[in-house]
Amino acid sequence: MSDQALAINVVVNGAEYATDVEPRLLLTDFLRHKLRLTGTHVGCEHGVCGACTVLIDGEPQRACLVFAAQADGCEIATVEGLAAPDEPLHPVQQAFHETHGMQCGFCTSGFLMTVTALLRDTPHPSDEQVIDALGGNICRCTGYKNIVAAVRRAEELLAGGEAVPAPDAPPTPTTPSPVATEPTPTTPAPVAAEAGHG
Amino acid sequence: MAERAPYVGQSVPRVEDERLLRGAGSYVDDIDPPGRGEAAFLRSPEAHARILSIDVTTARDAPGVIGVWTGADVAALEPMVFQIARVVPETVRASTGATSRVHPMPAIPAERATYVGQPLAVVVAEDRYQAEDALELIELELEPLPAVVGLEAAIAPGAPLLEPSWDDNVALEYRFRRGDPDTVFAQAEVVIEEVFRTQRQAASPIETRGVVAIPSPLDGTLAVSASTQTPHQLRDFLAGALRRAPDTIHVRAPDVGGGFGPKGAIYPEDLVIPWLALQLGRPVKWVEDRSEHFVATTHGREQLHRIAIAADGEGRIFGVRDSVLHNCGAFHTLGLVVPYNTLTHLIGPYSVDAIDVHLRAVVTNTGVVAPYRGAGRPEAVFAMERAVDRLARTLGLDPADVRARNMIAAEAMPYTTGMIYRDGTEQVYDSGDYPELLRRARAMVENEPWQALVGEHRRVGIGYAAYVEGTGVGPFESATATLIAGGRVRVATGASSQGQSHRTTLAQIAADALGLPIEQVEIIGGDTRAVATGFGTIASRSIVVAGNAVAKACSELREQIDTYLGDDGAERASGENGVERTVRANSTRQLDTGPRRQLDPGALASLAGSLTPYNPGRPAGAPATLTATAIHNPGPVTYAAGVHAAVVAVDPRTGMVELLRYAVAHDCGRPVNPAVADGQILGGVMQGIGSALFEELVYDDEGQLRTASFMDYLLPTAGELPDICLAHVDTPSPLNPLGVKGLGEGGAIGPPAAIANAVEAALADLGVVVRACPLTPDRVRALIRNAAAAAPASVAS
Repeated sequence: MSDQALAINVVVNGAEYATDVEPRLLLTDFLRHKLRLTGTHVGCEHGVCGACTVLIDGEPQRACLVFAAQADGCEIATVEGLAAPDEPLHPVQQAFHETHGMQCGFCTSGFLMTVTALLRDTPHPSDEQVIDALGGNICRCTGYKNIVAAVRRAEELLAGGEAVPAPDAPPTPTTPSPVATEPTPTTPAPVAAEAGHG
Repeated sequence: MAERAPYVGQSVPRVEDERLLRGAGSYVDDIDPPGRGEAAFLRSPEAHARILSIDVTTARDAPGVIGVWTGADVAALEPMVFQIARVVPETVRASTGATSRVHPMPAIPAERATYVGQPLAVVVAEDRYQAEDALELIELELEPLPAVVGLEAAIAPGAPLLEPSWDDNVALEYRFRRGDPDTVFAQAEVVIEEVFRTQRQAASPIETRGVVAIPSPLDGTLAVSASTQTPHQLRDFLAGALRRAPDTIHVRAPDVGGGFGPKGAIYPEDLVIPWLALQLGRPVKWVEDRSEHFVATTHGREQLHRIAIAADGEGRIFGVRDSVLHNCGAFHTLGLVVPYNTLTHLIGPYSVDAIDVHLRAVVTNTGVVAPYRGAGRPEAVFAMERAVDRLARTLGLDPADVRARNMIAAEAMPYTTGMIYRDGTEQVYDSGDYPELLRRARAMVENEPWQALVGEHRRVGIGYAAYVEGTGVGPFESATATLIAGGRVRVATGASSQGQSHRTTLAQIAADALGLPIEQVEIIGGDTRAVATGFGTIASRSIVVAGNAVAKACSELREQIDTYLGDDGAERASGENGVERTVRANSTRQLDTGPRRQLDPGALASLAGSLTPYNPGRPAGAPATLTATAIHNPGPVTYAAGVHAAVVAVDPRTGMVELLRYAVAHDCGRPVNPAVADGQILGGVMQGIGSALFEELVYDDEGQLRTASFMDYLLPTAGELPDICLAHVDTPSPLNPLGVKGLGEGGAIGPPAAIANAVEAALADLGVVVRACPLTPDRVRALIRNAAAAAPASVAS
């Protein structure tokens, strides 16, 4: 193995690494098992579920479809880099917490990276842009409604906490406006949310 | 201390989130002990074959390989026997004549492979890459045998036998009759007969399975971390299979990335990996990849129903007959669980006099079928609720009106169905208001201008599905509450979490029972050393069974604390509201489990500190720790219920189905955390939408799985999220002190029936009859084409 090793230089969450890797080593395995950054999760290893999404030179990419050697010279951001352990949660992380936009947490890292890139490039995305961005990540627990709510809450938090015009309901442009439908209490009450940590 | 509002009933933010959001969780693949070998399995490429030879000599010499084992090498491991498959309570036998025969599952077979994906050899190497390299070097010689795949094929005369010692492929059979179905059907004004099929599915948690086993050189004990829903059951199974005392095996479920049923099963890998760790005297790790998951992790659902309804001209239902085939896959591992749930949830919220249900569960050369969210209920509800719509359409009645006409009235609660539940007790719906659930569901979709959306290429339909769900099944769950340093209380329970938020919801219950701020409570689930006995998180049971065990243990701990904390302990014991403090197992009394008078955390910290050795303030005769252990024996199950309503638009040119709205009226008893409860419902609904529109595992006639990746097995994404409305009609259960019911599965039960009913309603004038899901565009187009080709008279045949 060592005789075919390739030398790579990568920056991960701001830290530089110069190391040798086997050519076939996946970036997921490099991050998880060589650097012990286990927050990036592996769900399918064929590029569909999006759980392993990281930012490579700022762009959301599936780390399971990238060889570590291909990342030579790149800057990589993983979920561990969103907020330092002694810092408050990143606004996108905080939003997922406040809106119950996660259950088992396994897909969450990938969603966080996708949403971070979305809101960096498009601070006030349209409903269509939100759905389009989220379409590459699969969550099996939440049913997505609270994840969409998390994107809108993150948008608010990133804009300084002010309310921004955002629809209450997920986009269904062809649906007539609800008449006397039940409210959907999926967002924890503000008082309770403040009692949380982070 | 000032009184505060109870935590139970509040949407307390989750305490689980911060670790997970920072990427600091610990899932099984994050556990990487020094010196571990990594395993990879050679899996059968044939559905049914005789194993002629397996040559592993080259593989053994491959770089990094620590060892290779075949079925012959693991012969010391006795075939796995699943005791639950044998369990048929005497009352169930008496009422249905149920018979169940079990056949052992070899951890790795030596002679015969019986499904694609079955492990045939295992390699342990220094890392997974090398282990997979070595798999390629194994020479496998198989002689294919005839495979039996489909349900009808399995019962056909002369079908190949899965189990050569059996005379057919039927593993389990029952027949339930009540009333006089023959007369009712003979004299009925209307009889509707149909065939409905529920397709095989993969639950698809985003985290696959995995096992890490670490033998201790210190004392020979074995530590096993597994992505499991049932750590205590896994420990007890391993103790039997490895012939060790249970307390020498420490099983933990670390963070688990979704379960949904399949992780409640015990698998060959769960046994082989710990056995290898003991053989090698070093840690061994195996993490399933997604390709393995599709073939080797249990599937769900596959059933075929020939159902008939006898009714009068107003749609009043007098009789239901159903002949059901259920596919167990290659091994019958779970007995009554799924097939019998189908019986006890078929009639659902309706009052029906005459019932005749016959079920046969067959073994086939396919992956094992076991509980998947709903576990026999979505299958039953699809058949019944489709049949109710066929009845309404035949009579020209509104399907919602027909449902209302047949529903059990709220005043009829508790309602005895005449069936025996699978726990052996009489089936009694404890509480609920089904007509109100229907009214609320209708209110969310009716009287809206849907017709304005109808166009030449856009048809709109509304469909309903009503169901009940037995939740909180026994036998028991345990909890141990202990006062620890700093005046905190640690509560351990056997119910682990796969995302259900137990660390929050059980802490709410504990904090109320203790009279402590919730920050002072921590919950441990799924660690066999933290609590000696447990059952696990399956079957929508944890908030009922573990929740009440936690309430009881914490109440008992509070009694102990009160004896040490000041003179007003006695006063506290009687309570300010005259509240009964001791929560008794099986109490039918509704308790006010709201917060007690609050403990002073500072005083409690002092008390905890004073219990330490040599502390001069140590109370005379005090125990070393204050701790209380309780179990909750739930007795009969509680009944959650729901009515779902789907509004769809269908383009008959493309067959595309668009969900315009999805409404759920739900009864989950007393909700502990409304945000978490709604999250469970929303997640279940989306899985059900996947069942209705996208997901299907397809085997070909040779037993090859044709849908073994997420490219072929489609899961819903955010793009498929409809406008979802929820309403609650929560009726607290009188069967447990907290008044709770389970709700993990309910959301997934309704969507296939509701959406299929809506699609059929949209296409009714074309003569379309929906008999199966998923309703993919090509499937819908085929329905329209076939309806057009059929003569109107034969449409319903």
